Amino acid sequence: MTPLSQLLPGQYGKLTSLNPERSVDQRLMALGLLPGMVLKLVRKAPLGDPLAIEFAGQVVSLRLTEAQTIIIDVAADCPIQRPRPQA
Amino acid sequence: MSAAEQGLTVALVGNPNTGKSTLFNALTGLRQRVGNYPGVTVARKSGQCDCGDGTKVELIDLPGLYSLSAASPDEQVVIDALSGHLAEDRRPDAVVVVIDATNLLRNLFLASQLSELDLPVVLVLNQADVATEQGLKINTELLSRRLGGIPVVLTSAWKGEGIAAVRRAIGEALRARVRMPAVEWPSLVAEALADVAAGVAADIGRAPGRADVERLLFDSTSSVGQRLGWAAPRRDVVIRAARDKVRRAGYNPLAAEPLIHYERLRKLLEGVVQGGGNRTGGSAAVDQVLLHRVLGPVVFAGIMLGMFAAVFWLAKFPMQWISGGVDALKLGVAPLLDGMPMLQSLVTDGMIGGVGAFLAFLPQILILFLFVSILEDSGYMARAAFIMDRLFSWCGLNGKSFVPLLSGFACAIPGILSTRTIEDPKARLATAFAVPFMSCSARFPVYALMCAAFIGPLYGPGWESVVMVGMHCVGLLFAVPTAFVLTRFVLKVKPQPFVLELPRYQMPKPRDVLWRMWQNAAEFVSRAGTVIFAITIIVWALSYFPRDPAVEQRIRATSVGVAPEVVDAQVQSAYVEQSWMGRFGKSVQPIFDPCGFDWKITVGVLASFPAREVIVSTLGVTYSVGEGAEADSKHLQQVMRAAKWTEGPRVGTPIFSLAAILALMVFFALCSQCGPTVATLAQETGGWKWAAISFVYMTALAWLMAVAVYQGVSRLA
Ligand SMILES: Nc1nc2c(ncn2[C@@H]2O[C@H](COP(=O)(O)OP(=O)(O)O)[C@@H](O)[C@H]2O)c(=O)[nH]1
Ligand SMILES: [Mg+2]
Repeated sequence: MTPLSQLLPGQYGKLTSLNPERSVDQRLMALGLLPGMVLKLVRKAPLGDPLAIEFAGQVVSLRLTEAQTIIIDVAADCPIQRPRPQA
Repeated sequence: MSAAEQGLTVALVGNPNTGKSTLFNALTGLRQRVGNYPGVTVARKSGQCDCGDGTKVELIDLPGLYSLSAASPDEQVVIDALSGHLAEDRRPDAVVVVIDATNLLRNLFLASQLSELDLPVVLVLNQADVATEQGLKINTELLSRRLGGIPVVLTSAWKGEGIAAVRRAIGEALRARVRMPAVEWPSLVAEALADVAAGVAADIGRAPGRADVERLLFDSTSSVGQRLGWAAPRRDVVIRAARDKVRRAGYNPLAAEPLIHYERLRKLLEGVVQGGGNRTGGSAAVDQVLLHRVLGPVVFAGIMLGMFAAVFWLAKFPMQWISGGVDALKLGVAPLLDGMPMLQSLVTDGMIGGVGAFLAFLPQILILFLFVSILEDSGYMARAAFIMDRLFSWCGLNGKSFVPLLSGFACAIPGILSTRTIEDPKARLATAFAVPFMSCSARFPVYALMCAAFIGPLYGPGWESVVMVGMHCVGLLFAVPTAFVLTRFVLKVKPQPFVLELPRYQMPKPRDVLWRMWQNAAEFVSRAGTVIFAITIIVWALSYFPRDPAVEQRIRATSVGVAPEVVDAQVQSAYVEQSWMGRFGKSVQPIFDPCGFDWKITVGVLASFPAREVIVSTLGVTYSVGEGAEADSKHLQQVMRAAKWTEGPRVGTPIFSLAAILALMVFFALCSQCGPTVATLAQETGGWKWAAISFVYMTALAWLMAVAVYQGVSRLA
């Protein structure tokens, strides 16, 4: 149970909870980021903020403050979930 | 009678960046803006589309959006348009949902929400070329069947592939009127929706649409209640009870909608898409370099420097050609009107000058938009925003504010126009408001004149550069706190989350880039151009009338034996002195007295409200040096150095003291002295309110700071 803001670049895990009250989280849910989904912290911007996260085959940027309440279950052996089977 | 005359309308909807505008252009032939960036389409764009069988429909290009929850004004527009609640539009007869074929699941979420609107739907899977490249095979027939038989078309809008099929599909949708099946809600959620619907019907006496009910139940803040006239206490009671029901079904009411839709879509897409590997791989490799901790900012700085240099220096050449052409035209036309001095002056100084005044901005606009289009269409703009966001987020702006602010250092007009790339309305407005503070190239001649005439000779070239650099920072110094206050305390617009898609990199299409340049230039000329033209004519009239020939006769009679150009300059000066502008300048001089400006400077300041660079030539006229003085005119510099107060408490002391020249430069650094900027602000903020606020605020600030500098420096010195 780690806040997304504390992940290291390259780390990934399952989304355990976000805060549906916030408009940021509502936007992320509309983009398909739902509990149980695997997401990866791709990198941090050169100044450390915002973050680039990858889920469902798309890369999205998110500010550090907004990533603090997005909780991830970091699982090193968990493959990145893709909506389609890999060829 | 054609269908368009009967008023059949079809709306284009979809996620940002899917190719709606490209498809719109292909279908209507009426080309318009193409952007590779969420939120580019803000205005309502419409055109006529032929359905292939002679039926014509009006096609509307709606803003891109990810979901129907009305978080932003763009989303609100789409909801209102599709449910028929926009004042100027009827409800469309069908919707074309444009989808990125490489990301069906995410794109179909919006389509799934739209199914609740009960409109015939055509599904367009665009960017098929990229899907093929990625090895994706999409079974459109299966998808169509699972979606209740709605037409599903695969297209490559920018190659023009599949366009004819889209036309036919629109015709078919209008004829057969097949709907996409609605979601099957879990029974408790369905009950909750029914409760809300019943509550609305009971209170306002009319059954609401399905989509409206869903917005009421699922969105934390929704303007639907307000629109329906469903008032607060009753509404809140009903909705709270309904949300409790959703909770009993095991869903957070605010998360229920995406969870249930995505669940549905995942099942629906089973077996529809085959193949496909790493979709973000190629771009990820490029990002390794372009977003690298060290290389990223270096490349970024290089690109931005190149862009700035192009807008600042490269544009100078075509600008010179334009002003050369305008001057040649004046010289060519003037003899035709000899003997009619008033008409001659109106045509040459007023009308031709007025056209020249806005044409002069075109090179900078075109060059900036060349860069902006390439940056957007290639996918780099989102990365630029990603790199810069940290520097801007604290004052309520975001990473996308950088390009507009930077180009503001060359010219505010293209800078303000480029704020269109910012989708957050709050940050967009605050950025547009801050851009005119940047020290544009038109301020340069003022600084150059003052430095060359005073700072250099008195304090040496070292101080000249210090003052030059300092003046370029003054605007920035005030712009940042202004943006902070504006976003924090003044603007009531809800801020948008900075959730920015980093799209895949793509080679920009020269045709799209050129089209975007042309569109922006054309829009600027047609909208701001007329205002600029009008302002120029008005200022011309104010400094031309009244024109009593006796003034000229008196001067010519008393100056026998004086060189003719000296006499001409004196006549010019005398005419301006007794024109409305001159009289006005003299009467408001007391206001500018605390800044250390005499009436001649005051006239110059007033005359340069339409365009600040005019100050140099106006000072040339009021100081009797003659028309057409430039910043490097040694004569003007000499006259200014010699100018002394002839009355008042400062009589005998130089007008251009250190305090006065610093005050004058600070005034020009901050004052809103640019008609085109004000007109462009009005164009881009959708009305004169913010343009007026900007004008008053900047001008008042400029005066205050000029007073502070003059009083401060004269006490110290
Ligand atoms: N590869 C590919 N790119 C496309 C296609 N259609 C549009 N684009 C590009 O996708 C980007 C977004 O297009 P645009 O029409 O502005 O999308 P909108 O935001 O939905 O209006 C632009 O860079 C287009 O050139 C297509 O069929 N294939
Ligand atoms: Mg568009």
